[in-house]
Amino acid sequence: MSREAAVSREAAVSREAAVSREAVSRALSDVVFVDGVRTPFGRAGPTGMYAQTRADDLVIRSIRTLLARYPDLARERIDDVAVAATTQTGDQGLTIGRTAALLAGLPASVPGFAVDRMCAGAMTAVTMVASAIGAGAYDVALAAGVEHMGRHPMGDGVDPNPRIIAEKLVDPSALVMGQTAENLHDRFPAITRSRADDYAAASQQRFGRAVADGSVGPELTTVATRSAEHGYGLATADERPRPATTATELAALAPAFRPHGRVTAGNSAGRTDGAAACLLAASDVAAELGLPAAMRMVGYAFAGVEPEVMGLGPIPATEKVLRRAELSIEDIGLIEINEAFAVQVLAFLDHYGIGDDDPRVNPYGGAIAVGHPLAASGVRLMIALATAFASRPDVRYGLTTMCVGIGMGGSVVWANPHWHEA
Amino acid sequence: MSTDALAESFPDEVVTRALVRYADVGGLPGPVAMITLDNGLDHTRPSTFGPAGLVCLDRAIDDVEAHSPAVSAIAVTGKPYVFAVGADLSGVPKVRSRDDAVAIGRLGHRVFGRLRASSVPTFALINGAALGGGLELALSCHYRTLSTGAGALAFPECYLGLVPGWGGSFLLPHLIGAESAIAVIVDNALSQNRMLRPAQAHQLGIADAMFEPADFIECSIAWAAGVVNGDVVVRRRDVDRGSGWDDAVTRGRAAVETRLHGAAPAPYRALDLIAAARDADIDTAFAAEDEALGDLLMSEELRSGLYAFDLVHKRARRAVGAPDPSLARQATKVGVVGAGLMARQLALLFAHRLQVPVVLTDVDAGRLEAGVTAVHRQIEALAAKGRITPDTALRLVAAVTGSPTVEGLAGADVVIEAVFEDIDVKRRVFAGVERVVARSCLLATNTSSLSVSAMAERLRHPERVVGLHFFNPVAVLPLVEVVRARATDEESLATAVALANAAKKSAVLVRDAPGFVVNRLLTRMLGEVIAAIDEGTPIEDADRALDPLGLPMAPMVLLALVGPPVALHVAETLHDAFPDRFAVSDNLRRLVDAGKPGIYLWDGGEPRIDPDVSALFTRGSSPSTVDDVRARALAAVADEARRMLDEKVVAGARDIDECMILGAGWPLHLGGITPYLDRTGISERVTGQRFLSRGVASPLP
Repeated sequence: MSREAAVSREAAVSREAAVSREAVSRALSDVVFVDGVRTPFGRAGPTGMYAQTRADDLVIRSIRTLLARYPDLARERIDDVAVAATTQTGDQGLTIGRTAALLAGLPASVPGFAVDRMCAGAMTAVTMVASAIGAGAYDVALAAGVEHMGRHPMGDGVDPNPRIIAEKLVDPSALVMGQTAENLHDRFPAITRSRADDYAAASQQRFGRAVADGSVGPELTTVATRSAEHGYGLATADERPRPATTATELAALAPAFRPHGRVTAGNSAGRTDGAAACLLAASDVAAELGLPAAMRMVGYAFAGVEPEVMGLGPIPATEKVLRRAELSIEDIGLIEINEAFAVQVLAFLDHYGIGDDDPRVNPYGGAIAVGHPLAASGVRLMIALATAFASRPDVRYGLTTMCVGIGMGGSVVWANPHWHEA
Repeated sequence: MSTDALAESFPDEVVTRALVRYADVGGLPGPVAMITLDNGLDHTRPSTFGPAGLVCLDRAIDDVEAHSPAVSAIAVTGKPYVFAVGADLSGVPKVRSRDDAVAIGRLGHRVFGRLRASSVPTFALINGAALGGGLELALSCHYRTLSTGAGALAFPECYLGLVPGWGGSFLLPHLIGAESAIAVIVDNALSQNRMLRPAQAHQLGIADAMFEPADFIECSIAWAAGVVNGDVVVRRRDVDRGSGWDDAVTRGRAAVETRLHGAAPAPYRALDLIAAARDADIDTAFAAEDEALGDLLMSEELRSGLYAFDLVHKRARRAVGAPDPSLARQATKVGVVGAGLMARQLALLFAHRLQVPVVLTDVDAGRLEAGVTAVHRQIEALAAKGRITPDTALRLVAAVTGSPTVEGLAGADVVIEAVFEDIDVKRRVFAGVERVVARSCLLATNTSSLSVSAMAERLRHPERVVGLHFFNPVAVLPLVEVVRARATDEESLATAVALANAAKKSAVLVRDAPGFVVNRLLTRMLGEVIAAIDEGTPIEDADRALDPLGLPMAPMVLLALVGPPVALHVAETLHDAFPDRFAVSDNLRRLVDAGKPGIYLWDGGEPRIDPDVSALFTRGSSPSTVDDVRARALAAVADEARRMLDEKVVAGARDIDECMILGAGWPLHLGGITPYLDRTGISERVTGQRFLSRGVASPLP
């Protein structure tokens, strides 16, 4: 028999085998959040600590620090690297998930991709790879987010479709997040400026306490910050928090988005540079590899709302995830809600009848204190919830939720592996 | 001498600033002072230390010492890709007194010494290139971390004509042992300034820890904090301060003597310092470094070294007098006529560096096949050594092909011939090539001595003919003499220079004169040595006559490398052109006729004169002394160099020096050759004038 004939016969045999055997789908897996790391968050702008630091370097450093904690995890086992960024140009461009993976020193065999869902970028990166793990396609994956708002101010370089105005599809204010926050105040007159300022001051104070008691800090990596004028420095702490802030001081601030409005620099999250990364795994694989499980994913949902009241997003997203998980808000013992604006948090709390100062909500403060580097914040919320879970074995379920620009919300429900019935 | 007065010697100093910031690092009581050395320019102008830069560092340390709260550690690092590359030598030509030279040494010792004497731990974070004084700054710190991405680590001092004089000659042997220190400070410097890779430096013990570049600073600071708070224990190797130290120095001296025969003082002084460092206290050792700097900075050899360094590292980047590079035509396919030794090397060079198709052609089918196969083997060898990737090797092997007829050269943008050195053969080759290539195709000859203009004469387009004289071995010697023939036009000349540069060679423009530069000078020199032998001087005496220059090899070794037939051919050509100055030795002819590869046998490792050759030679009865042979050979070199300038073979003495360094491997301490001829008075005695004015490659009076 000639060589060609032998090859074609072999091919026929293997085709036959394929027909006679049904390919096996992998079983669905539980997904665990293993661990997370973030950079200190910096104040965006020319005087901020990351003014001359590249965005990709922030996420690369986060990934390297995270993986350095697990030296025994064979890097080849990482099935994908999802990195979110809202503005995917310049140092946040070039398929940042792939390039960051390569630059972080991962083997060329580990793939990567870029994600964008504006403020929920990192959250979406987590839910994407978690879904792949859940479906049995991946065993271990990295999810991360970065936003250098100093280098990439929100809306930089965008080209909104003229139909948005011409066909009145979306209120023009929808593209300016601070105006959507004012719109929320309009819709909910009960949410006053003073409630927003009180909430913001509490966030600052809670964050300050969390830093002092070590609840915030262990997740931070360090970042070398070079400036051409001043040489190398080292970022070791968040730059934005003002733990001594009082509501009285906040009341004196001028509204930033509307004359005589209610939204100020004090009761909203400032422009921020930062990155965060986390490691997710199938629970059985995590056990096999000796990776800890800080949280187990119960479910997630994203939902849309009118873009001009984007701050409402967490409400329908949370409704949806709770309905599917067959849980109610009463089952949720800890809530990490992103504080893009105090008004948006208060709208969520009012919806569920939760008090403004409820200890279940953002026990370590939130974005009003630490900042909100858009596509990175989702993972910061998860790290905070994981930290809280570890010290609260009485809590069975927790929620991470956030509002998203252009009118969306995202919510992820997590189970506490440390939970045991009292 | 005051620092301000010193600074006046360096009016053009690009000042490296020492920028200070303080970082609060967990686990330490005080902040870490981070000092960044940065001259404000990008990595193409690495940071160096002149007097003003040292003062900046001094003030930075003042700032750190005065800081409240007190710092827990001091970490010194560099701007991206560069730690610091040593002393700013640009002002050295203006240093006119030995006292000033000693003061430079003292200032460096004093400032760097503050890091060594610091009561808080000091760390050098070697993030990039660290050469000479930069490495000494690192050695002055208590601990060192090293980036795996750091470009180059070395002590180039002895290569230039200096010693590590800011602490290196003492600190390095005490850190890594005399044996390794001599390898780094002396052997590497004298081996074409070889650099250490980071892994090698770490292995030698120069650095205590190594981290990847991605987060080198962060990891280094974390490591430093660990050292300060006791979590990290630093282990250093045991240094043999007994007989092992002395043995290393003895071996080092023997190696230097073999190579230099006393031709340059610096390596000897470095070995003296290392020898004394064994027992000396640090102040005495540093004072000895200052004195050595005082002597060497004022030495002719160092001034020649700096001149030569500038020639080969700066001037050689762009051929002086070359036409506008934008006139150059692209080379997308190269033809090589011939498949002999030189042709193979050229084919490999163009394929490797230009990554374009290269077609060899030869009238002898067997030689053609052997030639193509040999090039393919060379490409595979490059891949085996890791110099190119397997994919690149596949690409290059596919790119190098053979054609039995000249038609295979159709479509070539450049054709270079490397056939037998016969003007008629070469004329025929070019005439044949001209029939198949486009009007714009550059025709280049690798002739070493024939007239390029004569070769071009009968062509339809003589304006596209140039000489591209590469040197054997092509992979090693970085020079190409680009020969402008009578009819050569600007575009062709620009293309030839661009081609040489694309092949990573340095081009020197030369006029179409017999032997061009390198062969003409070497042949004239060799001719005098052979003549002395012919007259009855013992071969051994004649061949060691030039030892005191520290040339890379003795004349008769060079003869063997070139090959007696080639040497004879070049001698004949030059004899035809200049019969009164270039003789053709009958003994050389006999050597060639006998098929001898040289006059030495190398069977025992040490050369010994082949008894057959002794029998072959007829010798006169008027021997010269060794000194006479040297005087005669150097006088001939001076005479020939002056004639070449008078004939405008090259534009200036610098071109001659550049050629001799890059094409013949002549050493930096001679400055090529003209600075040596000037300082020994030979130029003036033989030609009535210097080649270079005083102050150029020599101290100002």
